[in-house]
Amino acid sequence: MKLSKILSVLTLITGAIAISITSIWIGKQAYSWLPPQAAAESHLIDDLISFLVTLGAFIFLGVTSTLMYSVIFHRAEKGDLSDGPHIEGNVTLEVVWTAIPIMLVLWIAGYSSQVYEQMGIQGPTQLVHLHNPVGMESAYAAPQEGVMSEPVEKIDVIAKQWAWVFHYPERNVTSTELHLPSDRRVRLALQSEDVLHGFYIPAFRLKQDIIPSHTIDFEFTPIRQGQYRLTDSQYSGTYFATMQANVVVESDEDYHKWLAKIATQKPAPANNQAASEYAQTANEPVKNGWDTVVPAAPPVVNYSG
Amino acid sequence: MTNIPIDGLSLPAEKPHHETPGGWKEYFSFSTDHKVIGIQYLVTSFFFFLIGGIFAMILRGELITPEADLIDRTVYNGMFTMHGTVMLFLWTFPSLVGFANYLVPLMIGARDMAFPRLNAVAFWMVPVVGILLMASFFVPGGPAQAGWWAYPPVSLQNPTGNLINGQVLWLLAVAISGVSSIMGAVNFVTTIVKMRAPGMTFFRMPLFVWAVLSAQIIQLFGLPALTAGAVMLLLDLTVGTGFFNPSNGGNPVMFQHYFWFYSHPAVYVIILPVFGIFSEIFPVYSRKPLFGYKVVAISSLLIAVVSAIVWVHHMYVSGTPAWMRLIFMLTTMFVSVPTGIKVFAWVATIWGGKLRLNTPMLFALGGLIMFVFAGITGIMLSSVPVDVHVNNTYFVVGHFHYVLFGTVTMGLYAAIYHWFPKMTGRMYYEGWGKLHFWLSFIGTNLNFLPMHPLGLQGMLRRVSSYAPEYEQWNIIASLGAFLLGMSTLPFIFNMVISWMQGEKATDNPWRAIGLEWLVSSPPPVENFEKIPVVISEPYGYGKSEPLVAEEKGVGV
Repeated sequence: MKLSKILSVLTLITGAIAISITSIWIGKQAYSWLPPQAAAESHLIDDLISFLVTLGAFIFLGVTSTLMYSVIFHRAEKGDLSDGPHIEGNVTLEVVWTAIPIMLVLWIAGYSSQVYEQMGIQGPTQLVHLHNPVGMESAYAAPQEGVMSEPVEKIDVIAKQWAWVFHYPERNVTSTELHLPSDRRVRLALQSEDVLHGFYIPAFRLKQDIIPSHTIDFEFTPIRQGQYRLTDSQYSGTYFATMQANVVVESDEDYHKWLAKIATQKPAPANNQAASEYAQTANEPVKNGWDTVVPAAPPVVNYSG
Repeated sequence: MTNIPIDGLSLPAEKPHHETPGGWKEYFSFSTDHKVIGIQYLVTSFFFFLIGGIFAMILRGELITPEADLIDRTVYNGMFTMHGTVMLFLWTFPSLVGFANYLVPLMIGARDMAFPRLNAVAFWMVPVVGILLMASFFVPGGPAQAGWWAYPPVSLQNPTGNLINGQVLWLLAVAISGVSSIMGAVNFVTTIVKMRAPGMTFFRMPLFVWAVLSAQIIQLFGLPALTAGAVMLLLDLTVGTGFFNPSNGGNPVMFQHYFWFYSHPAVYVIILPVFGIFSEIFPVYSRKPLFGYKVVAISSLLIAVVSAIVWVHHMYVSGTPAWMRLIFMLTTMFVSVPTGIKVFAWVATIWGGKLRLNTPMLFALGGLIMFVFAGITGIMLSSVPVDVHVNNTYFVVGHFHYVLFGTVTMGLYAAIYHWFPKMTGRMYYEGWGKLHFWLSFIGTNLNFLPMHPLGLQGMLRRVSSYAPEYEQWNIIASLGAFLLGMSTLPFIFNMVISWMQGEKATDNPWRAIGLEWLVSSPPPVENFEKIPVVISEPYGYGKSEPLVAEEKGVGV
């Protein structure tokens, strides 16, 4: 009797260790499920995701292996119609499994808000909501090490059905490709001309809805040179899927060179997928779709990528 | 706890006193029998489930390649709007209301619902909602294309210029569905509070009844907000008021508050009865009492209370200040505490039992495993920084399909198989049931698991075309969707054939403990010849104690 108890405790400990090691391994894998880390914020978010995946894997494996153990070893024998033991509950056990989730929740929430604070993305501070005296200021934002903390001049981002237009006030030029200097905090002013849109660059892990008749400030720090995709994350109507733009992160020097170069270019209409698809369907002899909102005219820009 | 004397609540005098239900024609009539209405709900909603499923397969057909090449973008947008709307308002809500209708009066020892005619009216609004939504395919401009959440200003754009358009019909349908659900909620809460049999104290109620009570309380406080939002949007769209229209000075974010104030708790309205179903099924097929009954009962109410303060987690990135994001993160995460209690209680119920893996148990176990997975991704989504990345991506779609298909639909199937002998008086074919389970379990995971990596990589939801690097996972997801579609065939076959010529069922084929198993299969029109007097706790497995006085004992 005593030996069997020792054996089952040993089994339990072995199982717990196996599940812990597997969970830690799965948590490490989480990084490979994500796009390249192209903004300072992405490191913070990926660490948080990895942590949550580890914890989640532990819970999932713990629950399912217990269930599977029961399914395999606690089956009724053929012809055995009797009941199992009449166990109604266990106060200690119930208190423990209420307390553990509460502590976990506090832990996850604490870590998450810490990450959120470090991200320091500005976002809107009011809109329809009440003012709160203890609301977070963007000054809380802890700039990443090795990164210039002074944001570059605000870039205007204009979203419309279905195109992105970027306006650089420094040189008063426009582009349909978003160029950003690396390792500098950038500040965007997000605006929409018609419906809700969402500013989302998966490689940056950042997203912000754009609300018509409001300008929303948004700050972040690109840290990895390369080309990325900006997509519209808030459903914006018929040609929603086509509302994408290239994002080019380059050195500060290249960035200013690019600005200087496009300042000399004459504005011309940019290529626009929604407009060309719309023109194509309008020309088709048989219309098989339904009426759509007419796309905005292709934006006239200095640089169209 | 005092009990209301049943004699004080007499049934409508004109109600006919048949001994047996009146045949198949009864199901096409304005019947006031809660059991007929329950089956009417179940069959109607299953019909719409098939329609919503066909829409889903068309969507997945489009997404099998990166280009938008199968259907027009407008058709795609109409399809995903209708898929979401049909699955929520015409499948999950009505089917669970159907079960509640059928089971609650039987489980608490009542002869019918408190307001039988209101019950019938509430049901007959469901086909009206369905007809309105299906009719919208035939109006100029086609059905609504603004998604099931209909955010303005997209939902206010009316390119056809017609007063009668898909969006108007959609809003009318949602409003009527809301009215129907409010009627149902009033009826359920009254029935459960007032019509319990003598001895059926609150803490002797089966957990399904607790879950229905909690869910229907949410309907009472939440639905008015949604209905008000829908009416205001309807006014903006038809007569040009400016509640939400920014070009008229309105605020579109305000609509999101109205919408989510109900529509997040709505998830608990759907899932609580499924938790109730799990709590009924695990004890029967494990032959053990439900572990921690009281705590599980209270946790349902707690979920209902917390559900009122979580809605902003849908709006972390839609213009919400930091303090609000953080408060709602904490409240949202807190939901995991009462749900965690339930999960642990189910696992403890199964532990050390004498398990029988019949089809209902398989569906319940599969549903539980997928719910644990959904709960974990739910916690991830409630964390603001993670949500900032994955909001509106396929990660969210994967998460809520694990909730709504993996848990809710699997739970519904479990319930259909479990109570099928009671409802029809016949047994289903076990082999076909198991085939159905394995096809749906594999199909669900193939379909919805790939959505998580897609979302983490940044693939957005609601897109009709996507970048080529997302193609592989999408092919797997689409194949899973087609498998899931096929998995309904053995189910339909089994139900139809078994109902017509299945083996006759005994009154209590599972040897389950509960008032509904004490009456004949199918139950007589007024359920109980004599209202039972309950003398013991529910789930008395392993105790050999009678559930009711002066009746023959239950169990072994």
